[in-house]
Amino acid sequence: MDFTLSKEHEMARLLFREFAINEVKPLAAEIDENERFPVETVEKMRQTGMMGIPVPREFGGQGCDTMTYILAVEELSRVCGTTGVILSAHTSLAIDPLMQYGTPEQKEKFLRPLATGEKLGAFGLTEPNAGTDAAGQQTRAELDGDTYILNGSKIFITNGKEADIYIIFAMTDKSKGTRGISAFIVEKGTPGFTFGTKEKKMGIRGSSTYELIFTDCRIPAANMLGREGRGFGVAMGTLDGGRIGIGAQALGLAAGALDTTIAYVKERKQFGRPIAKFQNTQFQLADMATRVEAARLLVYKAAHLKDAGKKYSMEAAMAKLFASETAMEVTTKAVQLHGGYGYTREYDVERMMRDAKITEIYEGTSEVQRMVISANIL
Amino acid sequence: MKIIVCIKQVPDTHEVKLDPVTGTLIREGVPSIMNPDDKAGLEAALRIKDSLGAEVTVITMGPLQADVMLREAMAMGADRAILISDRAFGGADTWATSLTLASGIRRLSYDLIITGRQAIDGDTAQVGPQIAEHLGIPNVSYAESLQVEDGHVIVKRQYEDRYQLVKAKMPCLITALSELNKPRYMTPGGIFAAYREKEVQLWTVDDVEVDREQIGLKGSPTRVLESFPKSIKPEGTKIIPDTEEEAAQYILDRLKEKFVF
Repeated sequence: MDFTLSKEHEMARLLFREFAINEVKPLAAEIDENERFPVETVEKMRQTGMMGIPVPREFGGQGCDTMTYILAVEELSRVCGTTGVILSAHTSLAIDPLMQYGTPEQKEKFLRPLATGEKLGAFGLTEPNAGTDAAGQQTRAELDGDTYILNGSKIFITNGKEADIYIIFAMTDKSKGTRGISAFIVEKGTPGFTFGTKEKKMGIRGSSTYELIFTDCRIPAANMLGREGRGFGVAMGTLDGGRIGIGAQALGLAAGALDTTIAYVKERKQFGRPIAKFQNTQFQLADMATRVEAARLLVYKAAHLKDAGKKYSMEAAMAKLFASETAMEVTTKAVQLHGGYGYTREYDVERMMRDAKITEIYEGTSEVQRMVISANIL
Repeated sequence: MKIIVCIKQVPDTHEVKLDPVTGTLIREGVPSIMNPDDKAGLEAALRIKDSLGAEVTVITMGPLQADVMLREAMAMGADRAILISDRAFGGADTWATSLTLASGIRRLSYDLIITGRQAIDGDTAQVGPQIAEHLGIPNVSYAESLQVEDGHVIVKRQYEDRYQLVKAKMPCLITALSELNKPRYMTPGGIFAAYREKEVQLWTVDDVEVDREQIGLKGSPTRVLESFPKSIKPEGTKIIPDTEEEAAQYILDRLKEKFVF
C-alpha cells in the first residue's frame, strides 16, 4: 500500500496551486463581498483545461481522472470556496452524468462544449418540497409528440444563472414514485425556462445560486438522459460522485484555514511572545492538522475507488461527512485562534468559516451521509 | 520550422539563502523551478508554434532531477525534451556549459534557438551568446518582443533607455527576457501526456561530441573567489536648506567630513 500521489498527480497539484494563488486568491474576498460570480476566473480555468479534467480527449476533455479533478477542487477551495464549488458543480453534477448516462449523440452535443469549457453546467434536483426527500419531485414532464413539456421549479441551483446546460429531474409518471422520475438535458434560452430569485447566502457568496422556473417548457425527447423512469438512479449515481467533489471542497477549506492560521500564530504576539509558543495553540493546531490529514485520506480513497471502477458510494459519503465536519471544526478553531481579528473581514478565516457551513448541507446533508453509510453497513 | 529552447532548473531564489560561513547557496529544501527568463523563451516558442506551426524541443544540461522541469515544459506544449546529464559535466562554468549544450544542439536540426537572458542562480547572461558563438550563428540578446517573418526574426532588443529593432536571418539564437510574455500554465492533460506518452531523452557524455578536457569542472576556467549577500545601503538624508549658499556650504562640509577636500 502506497500513500504517495503519482508524479503526474503531484505536478497537477502544483499547477492547480500556482493557478489558485495567482488567479483565484486575489479575487476571493471581493467576489464574496460583492456576491459576484467570477466570470474571468472561469474563462482562465477554461484556457488552462480545468473545465473538463476527467473527460476523455475524444470528447474534448483532458483525459485525466477523478483524482486529478479532486486535486483541482481542493487547491481552488484552499483559497476560495466559491471557485471550488463552481468547478465541482460543473464537473461532478453536469459532466459526470453525461459521461455515465449520455448517448453518443448527447455526448457530442452537450458533453463536448462542457469539457472544453465553452459552456458551463448545472444540476437541478432540489425543489421547495423535495430536498433530502428527493423522491418528492413535483416538477412534471409530459410527453407531447417528440417533446416533453416541463412544468415546475427547482431551487438552490449552483451555477444557476451562469450555466448553459442543465441536468433537470422531473416526474414523467407520478403514480410510480421514484420509478416515475426521469432526467433531462435542458439548454439555457429554451422558451419557458426562466430564472427566479437569487439566493443571498451566508457563504460561497460568489457562486450563482438561483431558482429555475419551467413553464410549459418544451424539451426535445432526445434530451432525456438515461431511460424513462430511471432518473432517480441518475440523480443518486451523480450525487455519489458529487460527494467526493464537495469532500474535496471541504478539505480545501480546512487546509486553507490551517495554512492561514499557522502563518498567523507565528506573527501574532501576546504576553511578549508569538502565540505559537503557547501549548493551547500547539494542541489546537495539532488536532486541526490531524483532522485535515484524515479528511484528505478519505477523500482521496473515494476518488481512487471511483477511478478504479469499484463501488464507492459509502466511501464517498464517509469522505463528504468527515471532510465537511472537519471544515466546520477547523475553520471555527481558526477564527478562535485569530481572536477578534478572525471575526473581521480583514482576515480570510472569517470567510472560510462561512463557506464551510454549506459543505455540511448541500449534495446531501451530514444526516443523509449517515443514512447512506448506515444503510451500507446494516 | 524547428525551434530549440534551452532551459535550466534553478532554485527558487525567492526562498534561497546564502550560507553566511561558506558563502554558497543553501539549496536544501528549496523548491526548484524553471528559470523565469527561460520560461518566457519557451512561451515565445510555443506562441510561434501556435501561430505558424513549429516543432519545439527543450534541452537542458543538469542533474537527473531536471527531468521534472522538462516534463513541465512538455506539459506546457513542447514536443520533445532532451536531458544532457553525466557526472563528467558536473561543476561546469558557463564556458563548459555552453560548449556542452552546443555539442548537443549540433545533433539536432533547427531554425531558431531561444535561451533565457540569464539564470536567477548564476546571473551571468553568458551561456546563450556563447552557444551562438560555438555554433557560429548570429545572436540577438535581450529580446522583449519577437516575430518570425519569412525566414527572419524581428526582435525588439531592450536597453536601459531605448530599444533596437533587429532583423536577423535564421538560423540564429535569441536570448529572452521574462518581460517578453506571461508564460501559459501547463494543462492537466498536458501533464498526463508528458508522463504517459512522451519521453525525456537522456544524453550522456558518450552521446555528444565534445572535447572531454573542456567539460565539467576540469574544463571550467572560471573560479568563484567569494559569494556574499548584497549589503543593504542605508537610506539617504534629505535636507531642504533655505538658500543656495546654505546648500553649497552644507555640501562642502559633508565633502570635507569625508576627506574629499
